[in-house]
Amino acid sequence: MITIIDYGMGNLRSAQKAFEFLGFEAEITDNKTAILAAEKIVLPGVGAFADAMSNLNSSGISNVIKKKTADGTPFLGICLGMQLVFDVSYEGGEFEGLGLIKGEIKRFDLPAEYKVPHIGWNKLNTTDNILFSEIDEDIYTYFVHSYHAVTQDKDAVIATSNYGTEFTAAVNKDNIFATQFHPEKSGDKGLKMLRNFAKI
Amino acid sequence: MLTKRIIPCLDVHEGRVVKGINFVNLQDAGDPVEIAKAYNKAGADEIVFLDITASSDKRDIMLEVVEKTAEEVFIPLTVGGGIRTVEDFRRILRVGADKISINSTALKNPQLISDAAWKFGSQCVVVAIDAKQNSDGTWNAYIEGGRKDFGIDAVNWAQQAEKLGAGEILLTSMDCDGTKEGYDIELTKAVSESVNIPVIASGGAGKLEHFADVCIKGKADAVLAASLFHYNELSIAQVKEYMKSQGIPVRV
Repeated sequence: MITIIDYGMGNLRSAQKAFEFLGFEAEITDNKTAILAAEKIVLPGVGAFADAMSNLNSSGISNVIKKKTADGTPFLGICLGMQLVFDVSYEGGEFEGLGLIKGEIKRFDLPAEYKVPHIGWNKLNTTDNILFSEIDEDIYTYFVHSYHAVTQDKDAVIATSNYGTEFTAAVNKDNIFATQFHPEKSGDKGLKMLRNFAKI
Repeated sequence: MLTKRIIPCLDVHEGRVVKGINFVNLQDAGDPVEIAKAYNKAGADEIVFLDITASSDKRDIMLEVVEKTAEEVFIPLTVGGGIRTVEDFRRILRVGADKISINSTALKNPQLISDAAWKFGSQCVVVAIDAKQNSDGTWNAYIEGGRKDFGIDAVNWAQQAEKLGAGEILLTSMDCDGTKEGYDIELTKAVSESVNIPVIASGGAGKLEHFADVCIKGKADAVLAASLFHYNELSIAQVKEYMKSQGIPVRV
């Protein structure tokens, strides 16, 4: 069973439908007991970082996530869910994140010809990671974001992409995985990544 | 490199795709779910469903179509047509759409752009603009399927829409639509250069060169086509191959 955390941010059904399509059971819940019992956790989300952290903190879910990830439960953050795993974000101020991986979230600072948000399919430069296993050809994934992660933990970076600058597209540290792109909207290759995560 | 997106658009009437589809052997050529699956397989980067159902009591059929599609197609899905309220947004996003396109309603009630962007994020608010050239060379935005001039400059409206919170502009040239003589390069360029959000060019695609032209000269971020793909005059693979040969980044 995959446990998808509902914290009031965006379309959670897409991630659930993708796992179900692949033949894995997936529940959407905001119940802390259910999250504590989870075998695998997915944190999706679109929207503002500050609202998301505020929801996670006031509901107490942020502490549950910290406990579960420390216990070794496989965790996948998607899009905003990736940004939340870092220490701090500068979206609309300065806001503390979950601090599971060292780094900060900054707005794209690009020449005028680059539109922000970065929307669309972009190519990944991947490392040899379990998330990308059995995906051998070029990988393009679907991105929608204006902010990106800058991490000091270079070993955690498992994929980068290029948009005026090379930026971190996915990270993995121990049991914690996170993607800036949407694997649930990235066609067959995105689905393969979700399958790889579900099979860990 | 961010790729240029190729987007087929399907007109759906009471849950059935209108305009003939014969690009692939489908068991049911009128079933939007089957067609969306086929386009996904053919390499589409996104799919747009335009609900042209006139009667409001049959509008809910679209919800089922979107829900079924989102269960089997895992690329971005945009839904447009007849969306008037934040509640309409919520219902369609909840069944699995990623973006909602609004046209006449956005002009009549620009507040809907801000309300929806605030509630669901700019990334899901697409403002569709039907533009027609005036005698002085500028363009006006039209409503009601291009029947009525709203009396506002299209470039200016695109800028306003961005300020209000739109995440993308779907720009259709009324002058070029249906001509197959190419996208409106001047219009697309004028809008694309005046906003900092992606512009999807629509209307006029007839041959391979048109797709490359509107991306290079028109500075479009994505291109939309309907009948050209539906009638298999060109395949998505052909378009992508051609664009690639012209040095335009595409997802292959």
